[in-house]
Amino acid sequence: MTDSNRVLIIGGGHNGLVCAAYLAKAGQKVTVLEAANQVGGMAATREFAPGFKASCAHLLYLLDAGISKDLSLASRGLSLAKTGLDTIALAKNGKHITLSSDTVEGPGLADEDRTAYRDYRRSMSKFAALIGELNQQVPQRITNRPKDLITLGKLALKTRLMGRDDMREFLRITGINIHDVLEEKFQNGLLKGALSLDAVLGSFSAPRSNNTVFTALHRMSGNNSGPAGDLSIPAGGMGAVTAAMAAAAQNAGADIRTGCKVRRILVDGMVTSGVELESGEQIAAGTVVSNADPKTTLLGLLGARHVEAEFARRFNNVRSKGNAAKLHLALDGLPGFSGLEPEQLGQRLVIAPDLDYVDRAFNHCKYGEFSARPVMEITLPSVHDTSLAPEGKHVLSAIVQYAPRELGAGWSEGKAAFFETVMAVLSNYAPDIRDRTIASELLTPEDLENTFSVSGGHWHHGELSLDQFLMLRPVPKAAQYAMPVDGLYLCGAGCHPGGGVMGSAGKNAAKVILSDRRGSET
Amino acid sequence: MRTVDYSNRDHYLNAVYPSPFHSRQAQHNQVREWGRWADYQSVPAYWCTDMEYFAGRNACGVFDITPMIKHRINGPEALPYLNRLMTRNVEKIKPGRVGYSVWCNEAGRVVDDGTIFHLRDGDYRVCSQEHQIDWFLTSALGFDVEIVEDTHDVAGLAVQGPTSCAVLKGMGLAGIENLKPFGLTYFDFEGTELMVSRTGYTGDLGYELWIGPDHAEVLWDRLFEAGELHGIRAMGSRALELLRIEAGFILAGVDFLPAMEAVRPTHTRSPFELGLGWLVNFDKGVFNGRQALLEEKQNGSRYRLVKLDIDGNKPATDSYIYTKNGKLAGTVTSAMWSPSAKASIALASLEMPHGEAGEKFDVEIYYQRELKWSRVMAPARVVKDVFWDPPRRRQTPPADY
Repeated sequence: MTDSNRVLIIGGGHNGLVCAAYLAKAGQKVTVLEAANQVGGMAATREFAPGFKASCAHLLYLLDAGISKDLSLASRGLSLAKTGLDTIALAKNGKHITLSSDTVEGPGLADEDRTAYRDYRRSMSKFAALIGELNQQVPQRITNRPKDLITLGKLALKTRLMGRDDMREFLRITGINIHDVLEEKFQNGLLKGALSLDAVLGSFSAPRSNNTVFTALHRMSGNNSGPAGDLSIPAGGMGAVTAAMAAAAQNAGADIRTGCKVRRILVDGMVTSGVELESGEQIAAGTVVSNADPKTTLLGLLGARHVEAEFARRFNNVRSKGNAAKLHLALDGLPGFSGLEPEQLGQRLVIAPDLDYVDRAFNHCKYGEFSARPVMEITLPSVHDTSLAPEGKHVLSAIVQYAPRELGAGWSEGKAAFFETVMAVLSNYAPDIRDRTIASELLTPEDLENTFSVSGGHWHHGELSLDQFLMLRPVPKAAQYAMPVDGLYLCGAGCHPGGGVMGSAGKNAAKVILSDRRGSET
Repeated sequence: MRTVDYSNRDHYLNAVYPSPFHSRQAQHNQVREWGRWADYQSVPAYWCTDMEYFAGRNACGVFDITPMIKHRINGPEALPYLNRLMTRNVEKIKPGRVGYSVWCNEAGRVVDDGTIFHLRDGDYRVCSQEHQIDWFLTSALGFDVEIVEDTHDVAGLAVQGPTSCAVLKGMGLAGIENLKPFGLTYFDFEGTELMVSRTGYTGDLGYELWIGPDHAEVLWDRLFEAGELHGIRAMGSRALELLRIEAGFILAGVDFLPAMEAVRPTHTRSPFELGLGWLVNFDKGVFNGRQALLEEKQNGSRYRLVKLDIDGNKPATDSYIYTKNGKLAGTVTSAMWSPSAKASIALASLEMPHGEAGEKFDVEIYYQRELKWSRVMAPARVVKDVFWDPPRRRQTPPADY
């Protein structure tokens, strides 16, 4: 029953689409199976209230430039409504500060902080570029094979070539926490708070958690032509990115089927033989690529019995507790943020007024509670893109932390209270926000898990940290995208180099799959 | 008598328990020496190891196997679970049958060996030398299976030797003579269920009796009453050690290092390196260690476990083994003077490619005569067959001794 020529891709999120496009361009027969009625997953643009649209992933900063070029995304409808967003660190008293790529401005900032900020950006950009190079690689195995040793040697060499001082600094800070580094470099609390937020967004960590410098670097590791970590808003929302990817895949001959949820991966003997859909339909294929997260793929779709116990146990232990909620507000006009001019509302606004505030916000989630005073990353994409809301009206899109996947009281109990908490915090900075709100959507990690079939509702399909990066992501012996069951691969954010709308996991997986398939043909 | 009273919240303070047979063992234990085996008090020798050994070979030796670690595995997916856990094809072990197996970790190294009793359809007992509950539960992810360690809930006696069948018949176990090797069956016994398997660790005719601990003492009494005219004798662990080496059976912690206890993973052994390649079935689908074992099969093993026949009469305990060129080739793992084979014999681990049958070595033996140490380089050769393998071991019904 095996159609050895066909490649099935489970999940039409951005990595699945990128993988499909590369495989199809190389002449493979590809079918993408997407459970939802549109592709894109957490990077789709969805209508959350009549006339109002938003995407779970709302800022583009990691998209691989090579993918944009290879898949001609620009010519397939992807345009950026705004690039080079500043970050405005909101203060309750309206004395905000504004962070740009190498300057920081605002009331009460010491000259030392301005200088330190420039230095910080310079060194962090340099370190992030090194991680960025790793993003493009299939992680090497830890073996004595010459190929693997050379790859490892190259990494060591590149680290050394940063120069003595930078190499020392890189080695010193990458594994430690952002709190200590920021305390060492800066005085201004608002500045430190805002910078620390970049290190903890989307993860189960606080500024004092270990290797949060690494997470900050990862966020800056994109390879677009702008400054490191440059923030963009795509026209039409993030769905425009995935729509362009889907168009590239289809143009290359890939078939995309929506509204067909995969129930399980079929195994014949010890070889992948296809998938079975929720409808009961079985589709034969010699190669199945899962864009679902590692846990869902192994424990849900495949079944742990098809791999050895220690391997299954490692998957089961992947840390993937989602901790971020997503808020979408439909507004009947621009809200008033104290101290901000209307033209500033198109920037990225953050509520992370100091390091301790962020750490305290995290404390709750350790004990199964949501933050009493959450941190937020806020955008109003409709400022740049009128297609997202009816004329004169606006959309507020915010990542809200911390909201643990496992809430003690359960989210059906807790969601309304959390919404009130979030709105109360928001009102401190935008007093008219409640009056402006005509509809809202709050997606808790539980909602994200159920809506997008992602274990733990985790953006990155698994914590992004040093212990789950490179050849350790998702786990040893699966970090090269191939699973132990012949013909089964992973291509999602749960693999190296992780989440954010980057696409590199899908691209790297396609590389491996093509190489395996060419090898098997000869 | 229940071994552990779990209602007593301090039960864990007692690490080593008296066996359910303790009162009877104490009566027989003329030298009042006690040892420890796993979680139990056990008897190294009741009076004289040699006498107990000869009871096992020439009459009937009784050994308390309660301390053996026992697990009960059942539930709808017990078979697929066991097949993923074990290296051999467990499907071949039908209800009422027993099979020896090993289980490996991901590196293809032996975690432990043991016996799988297919008690009733889909209901299994797995006996092992080491506690395995953590490993078994870890391996259960994704299977609808129930796994408990029930060591304390089952009392066991090994009844081994040429008259063992006659003793059991005399005890009233009608039809026991028809039980085939590696078979198991049930009897009504004193108002409870007695399970008898034709299994053992002596390489001879023998049985193992399994019963609730409440009935342990009455089982012992009935057994010794029936065995009085058949030379029955309680046997200690030292005698059993001699019997198992003659039979060529390996022992965890002695002939190989259980993989989960290893600090130095290279010191562990694969099934191939223990001469247990026949237990590895690559055709049945995925199992723990499969990938690594497949690679080992292709690339070759590091060690080979062999049986040595050594000149002279001095046990080659812990000896180094040298090639005829004087190069170190391995070490002895178990050794003894075999009274039945009339030979100095050993189990040994040799570095590959050594260990083909017939290959000759010198074994460096240190021995003591009245506190004076001497050393001898004893010529030795690798033999293929086990040192003790009487036909009665396989006969059904066995001859009535």
